[in-house]
Amino acid sequence: MNSPTDAGTHTLSVLVENKPGVLARVSSLISRRGFNIESLAVGPTEYPHMSRMTLVVTLEDHVLEQLTKQLNKLIEVLKIVELERDAVRRELILVKVRVEPDQRGQVLEIIQLFGAKAVDVTADSITLEATGSPEKLDALLKLLEPFGLRELVQSGLVAVGRGSRSITDRTQRGERYKHVRVV
Amino acid sequence: MADLDTAGELTGAQSLVKSLEQVGAETVFGIPGGAILPAYDPLYDSEHVRHILVRHEQGAGHAAQGYAMVTGKVGVCMATSGPGATNLVTPIADAYMDSVPIVAITGQVASPAIGTDAFQEADIRGITMPITKHNFLVTKAADIPAAIASAFHIAGTGRPGPVLVDITKDALQASSSFVWPTQLDLPGYRPVTKPHGKQVREAARLIAESKRPVLYVGGGVLKAQASKELRELADLTGIPVVTTLMALGCIPDSHPQNMGMPGMHGDVAAVGALQRSDLLITLGARFDDRVTGDLSTFAPGAKVIHADIDPAEISKNRYADVPIVGDAKEIIGELTSLLRTGGRLPDVADWARFLTDVKRRYPTGYDLPDDGSLSPQHVIQRIGEITGPDAYYASGVGQHQMWAAHFLPWELPGRWLNSGGLGTMGYCVPAAMGAKVGRPDATVWGIDGDGCFQMTNQELVTCALEGIPIKIAIINNQSLGMVRQWQTLFYQGRYSNTDLKTNRIPDFPKLAEAMGCVGLRAEEPDDVDSVIEKALSINDVPVVVEFVVHKDAMVWPMIAGGASNDEIKVARDMAPRWDGEQL
Repeated sequence: MNSPTDAGTHTLSVLVENKPGVLARVSSLISRRGFNIESLAVGPTEYPHMSRMTLVVTLEDHVLEQLTKQLNKLIEVLKIVELERDAVRRELILVKVRVEPDQRGQVLEIIQLFGAKAVDVTADSITLEATGSPEKLDALLKLLEPFGLRELVQSGLVAVGRGSRSITDRTQRGERYKHVRVV
Repeated sequence: MADLDTAGELTGAQSLVKSLEQVGAETVFGIPGGAILPAYDPLYDSEHVRHILVRHEQGAGHAAQGYAMVTGKVGVCMATSGPGATNLVTPIADAYMDSVPIVAITGQVASPAIGTDAFQEADIRGITMPITKHNFLVTKAADIPAAIASAFHIAGTGRPGPVLVDITKDALQASSSFVWPTQLDLPGYRPVTKPHGKQVREAARLIAESKRPVLYVGGGVLKAQASKELRELADLTGIPVVTTLMALGCIPDSHPQNMGMPGMHGDVAAVGALQRSDLLITLGARFDDRVTGDLSTFAPGAKVIHADIDPAEISKNRYADVPIVGDAKEIIGELTSLLRTGGRLPDVADWARFLTDVKRRYPTGYDLPDDGSLSPQHVIQRIGEITGPDAYYASGVGQHQMWAAHFLPWELPGRWLNSGGLGTMGYCVPAAMGAKVGRPDATVWGIDGDGCFQMTNQELVTCALEGIPIKIAIINNQSLGMVRQWQTLFYQGRYSNTDLKTNRIPDFPKLAEAMGCVGLRAEEPDDVDSVIEKALSINDVPVVVEFVVHKDAMVWPMIAGGASNDEIKVARDMAPRWDGEQL
């Protein structure tokens, strides 16, 4: 490629047939063609025969184009949509924080501030759950770090476009042509 | 299998054979074994499907490729689970790289045993995911017809390629009703064949404005059977043409606009044409590294029109100014009619004259050895001249492949079978076998090396027993010649493990006789023609001709690996002279 551009972060919503092996196909393609992905989340959609993969990638534009074209070649990939920047993007984290009894108040305050939830408390720890955009969760973790993070569990990012339109719905109605940047 | 129509329920195995009959598969190359065994029982009775029992599964795969290449149909190979299936991996990968439509059917251990490391179990679906266009694991008898129908459809449409169908033994043994799908359930598979009109118009505009355009033609044009359309476009515009290794014969060698083959061992005029072009009209080619050399200095002054049926090929290696996704036949046809009616054609007279002059001054040739031994290039050239352009020619991989590409008569499309992308040594004999099965009335030559031949020659036994009289020329230079050439050029002549000592063992004619073929040998220049004529006169059994040739012959021109196309050498330390050639 002749025209390199700066790498940007992109969120791809990939609709696939709900068949055995489809995750292996997608992940093996990404690995063998040397694409770097930051996050991959897989789950069902409102249609039992269709699953959704949400991919977050930081790639130059022409590499992103190759990735979507290569993914589109997989027979079981139905549609790829790049979500716009204002799409609703969420991750879930579960964090076990070390807390001395005299620090508990401070930690609970942070939890409240971020709309998170304490889900388990012991004499020297608090386990909390929080959801939000990656930026928000980063900020939360930064504040919790000084107390000592004992364990961090983080989901892949899931995202949905704003407004009343649905990607899966249009795919259902037979508009199964594949292209990116529909939303 | 008419008797099956009246039966209510079929076994999975019967369904499989009936499905093969439904898709019109006439020939299957394969070997039975435990897991696929049920399928071989109804196959025994089939009046429509001929099964050819090969000696190694790799041979089955390459034979299916050869068959597909000459018939335009989907080739079929069959193997059992585990080692049978893994032996198919090489030809499947080969078919994937060269876009050859084949369907590989493999037996799998019974579904309850999957994942238990059962006897002869291998996850062939997982193994072949990166090297198939698609693959299926079928665990229910009722799913077999739809899987076979889908597999043939996927293999043969769009950008062709290999599809594997792995069927568990219990699915082959179970019974179900046979339902042939009226519609395929492939919502994610919609190959684009019709090009976008706006893109074609844009391409026509660029062509009309260009001064040094080149038609850079790849194997996709042959796959689309569009050589007639290409010829019309070339004749209308006068634009010089280069044909890649995969596209030889797409336009005749004798056509004045044909500048030859580009690439690492390409013709000077073809490489020079690309490097000096201002517009590459790329048709079904993929900017392979063996064509482009160092990508950053490839065709530096050229804009690119890139037409391919696979959108992922466009702008993969080289940015395309005008991408066109679609079938080459349609694209070329539309381009030609636009250019014909548009009234504007590029003025390429000076450019064509320049390239024709380069072609005249730097023809790809060879020197005869001083010691009076056989020249491999001369041998290959004589085979082509005596046999003629209507024959089919397969080759292995290495020096003899490049010499075959340069010195055989490519006047007709689709006569050349070789392993271009994967570079599979051992491709020649089984591919020639498959080609002869597909075109039984044509002469099929295999131009093989002594190294390649020793990888898959056992398929000559298959040829002898099944009545497949191919002709194999072994260009015996007693070494792994291409590797030796690199050792000569880049490793100070340290010939580490390239001496095959094939001047002594094996005795090729004897080996051929042992396999039921006629074995011949030529060692003197005077023997060459007579031995070729002898080989051509034998048409009831396979013939193997050993040509004992000079071992130091090298393939020229050459561009060193990773170097720029501008560094092309016509002989050792000899570059073509471009100076004073102003356009």
